[in-house]
Amino acid sequence: MAAERVVRLVGSSSRTVLRGGMRALLLLLWLAARGSALYFHIGETEKKCFIEEIPDETMVIGNYRTQLYDKQREEYQPATPGLGMFVEVKDPEDKVILARQYGSEGRFTFTSHTPGEHQICLHSNSTKFSLFAGGMLRVHLDIQVGEHANDYAEIAAKDKLSELQLRVRQLVEQVEQIQKEQNYQRWREERFRQTSESTNQRVLWWSILQTLILVAIGVWQMRHLKSFFEAKKLV
Amino acid sequence: MPRWAAAAGRWGWRLPALLPEITFELPDNAKQRFYEDIAPGTACALEFQVITGGHYDVDCRLEDPDGKVLYKEMKTRYDNFTFTASKNGTYRFCFCNEFSTFTHKTMYFDFQVGEDPPLFPSENRVSALTQVESVSIHEALKSVTDYQTHVRLREAQGQSRAEDLNTRVAYWSVGEAFVLLVVSIGQVFLLKSFFSDKRTTTSRVGS
Repeated sequence: MAAERVVRLVGSSSRTVLRGGMRALLLLLWLAARGSALYFHIGETEKKCFIEEIPDETMVIGNYRTQLYDKQREEYQPATPGLGMFVEVKDPEDKVILARQYGSEGRFTFTSHTPGEHQICLHSNSTKFSLFAGGMLRVHLDIQVGEHANDYAEIAAKDKLSELQLRVRQLVEQVEQIQKEQNYQRWREERFRQTSESTNQRVLWWSILQTLILVAIGVWQMRHLKSFFEAKKLV
Repeated sequence: MPRWAAAAGRWGWRLPALLPEITFELPDNAKQRFYEDIAPGTACALEFQVITGGHYDVDCRLEDPDGKVLYKEMKTRYDNFTFTASKNGTYRFCFCNEFSTFTHKTMYFDFQVGEDPPLFPSENRVSALTQVESVSIHEALKSVTDYQTHVRLREAQGQSRAEDLNTRVAYWSVGEAFVLLVVSIGQVFLLKSFFSDKRTTTSRVGS
């Protein structure tokens, strides 16, 4: 399916031999190649959220592509340019670090400054209900974190690296990412320890308080009843 | 590696990576479906784990383009399933939380399709050193990252249980204090009321 699309695109763009035409051709080929991402369906007002638990100073790149169900052709077609997706990213403290609207196809990037669970939410900005006609929007999504977000072809071209050098650079990036994850692990263990200690303290204080309450209640009960019976002249 | 991919690499566009891992929230009574177009002959692996929520279990089903069920498990906490795509088309897998009435579940899954694209789109991978380090070191580091992900998921489970316990202890302490006070004060006044009634009946009998 992707191969047929490539052939059709090559046929239409081979007329121009200008540099701009070559760029367009490769852009289209690149878009065709991206047809193999994971996809899911989303309703019109539905908000889909994804969680990324990442260490700090980690870059996250998300790519998405939307398609709308065309009832006449009974297949999914690329969505009209007017239909966009609103992307919202929240950091672990629920502070919004990215809230932007993109077109029917987009790429969003953010870098985490605190370690923890970041929430990426997508929902369509469609206000015209007739646009969907009761159908669903198909969203192809691809989220790359940390070392996977690096564009090695670009790095190789920019720094003029040989194959071996590029591979070493990739290994170095991988090791750095592992290091960041280990630091994050240490931070998480400390948080876990704090939670457990808090539970321990609460249980301890509650036991002491409960004993004190029981003793106090017992004393109060006896005194109150004694004075009551004395007043009734039964004691 | 086809030439157009090499050209795309030269222009600086990154080829799509084939290892999407996604963590998402599955509400109660809901199911979430994902689809992927896979070419025949590709080795694929689906791994999923329930991170938080309820009894940490979910139903999972993987179907091929003709609707044949390749993998089906009910109420599993985590699993790993590898298969080779025999047909061309859209494979779909679905996570169902319909048996749960009020617990949201956070789920992680990782669907690997085929091999990672080669780093350098060239054909001259003849150097022995390149072969060694490109295969063994990179793969070893990838498995380290994989293990780290497993540790992180387990730790997330532990953390959510610990926080749950902490809030439960707090609520239970406050609740029990309240019940204790109400019961003990109520006992005293109830006892007092018994003696007050008896007093009036005896006095009426006497006169």
